[in-house]
Amino acid sequence: MALDDRIVITGIGLASPNGNNLAEFRQNLLDGKSGVVDYETRYMPPVLAGVCNFDELRYQKRKEVRRGTRAGSIAVYCSNEAVADSGLNWDSVPKDRVGVYLGITEHGNVETENEIYEISQFDYDTKVWSHHHNPRTVANNPAGEVTLNLGVTGPHLTIGAACAAGNAGFIQAAQMLRLGECDVAIAGGVSESIHTFGIFASFQSQGALANHEDPTKACRPFDTQRNGIVVAEGGGICTVERLTDALARGATIYAEIIGHAMNSDASDFVLPNSTRQAECVRLALSRAGISAGDVDIVSSHATATEQGDIEEAKALKAVFDGTPAAINNTKSFIGHAMGAAGALELLGNLPSFDDGMAHATINLENPDTRCVLPNLVANEPRNMGEVNCILNNSFGMLGINSVVIVKTYRS
Amino acid sequence: MTGVEIRQAVLEILERIAPDEDLSDLDDAVAFREQMELDSMDFLDIVMELRKGYRVQIPEEDYHNLNTMQSTVDYLTPKMKDVPVAG
Repeated sequence: MALDDRIVITGIGLASPNGNNLAEFRQNLLDGKSGVVDYETRYMPPVLAGVCNFDELRYQKRKEVRRGTRAGSIAVYCSNEAVADSGLNWDSVPKDRVGVYLGITEHGNVETENEIYEISQFDYDTKVWSHHHNPRTVANNPAGEVTLNLGVTGPHLTIGAACAAGNAGFIQAAQMLRLGECDVAIAGGVSESIHTFGIFASFQSQGALANHEDPTKACRPFDTQRNGIVVAEGGGICTVERLTDALARGATIYAEIIGHAMNSDASDFVLPNSTRQAECVRLALSRAGISAGDVDIVSSHATATEQGDIEEAKALKAVFDGTPAAINNTKSFIGHAMGAAGALELLGNLPSFDDGMAHATINLENPDTRCVLPNLVANEPRNMGEVNCILNNSFGMLGINSVVIVKTYRS
Repeated sequence: MTGVEIRQAVLEILERIAPDEDLSDLDDAVAFREQMELDSMDFLDIVMELRKGYRVQIPEEDYHNLNTMQSTVDYLTPKMKDVPVAG
């Protein structure tokens, strides 16, 4: 690959239910600390959720928080953290050469539900429907709020990709950098989904909403006692640059994005498809120019739904059987952060390049024989000695699959 | 509501829509925009909050009356004279 086409991650900002920066997030993943808690949502009995607790006012005024959306605030926080972490001299970065590319599962449900509730208090008088509704609900809102906050005048967009969106944000960034559309990309994924009762109610109706008397044990991928998804909010955003630019400014390089792929199942609205998932993984490996045996850690997508876990296990067995790749899962700690899931799950694994550890999938007490994976890192982190390559799966409804492969950068 | 009560109601609305501002020294004779960061969406918030809290309808052609605290109170006094204090 030409040097100009090589893409690297140079700064990381994140908000997770169990950490407000990479170091905290990583430590809690290694320590088995969950971020799932009891949670109240409108109209429904109490549910469980992954709730973030970052300082919204670190980078926004109270008025800006009020004016915007939760997804916007998450995006602004994570983007600022990423820029600060990148070592970029932000004041001297040409803002028209910065692009913002954020994956989202959905956007606008929170505000629409809020407004409908509000007008219900006024006998459904639409004259009290907020004039803020449209700017809050346009699909580009989270990325747009980042441009407003950071003064970015280059392109911005959100990538609607269901729960494959976090990876899709990184992929979009890599493509735009290669096309020369920007020189710095602020990219990843965000989710505000716990603030819409509809996502909980819909999973409940689908028989796919997790419950457990101990919230920390509710998300149980690959376990026979699993009973569904724990919805979470969060964000994982990086500064992404061409390798040449990163080297020229002496940037710290967290990882090189060596391969990526997206495809579609074309088979069902909600049920996953292991054949297409395996094809997506193989396509990403092929583009990276590596084989399955070169992967040290596979960050699985598994959400703790029966069909989802079984299908992904089939796909992983088809590709990685007989290889030493360790398989782990981040949702077991924080729940399903929707548009942020793929991003957070990749970022939480990146420190493996330095500490040589693979974090676990927790709450795996009774492995489901239909999705046994020999190299699953169960309950306790595994010392891998050396980690050089991580493959990150992220799949979503309507049959959308995304895979990103990253590698340590060595000059 | 009396003029004093209306002023307090408007002040509370301003505190909600401009939570970063210190309104303790607000000059009733000077335009809001000269003392605070307020844009057109914020002015619509004032209109909306009066509508929701006090059922006061303010037609667009009357928005210019919401220029200063004094002009706002003067404009609202006849409209809100029968509104109970609780709002």
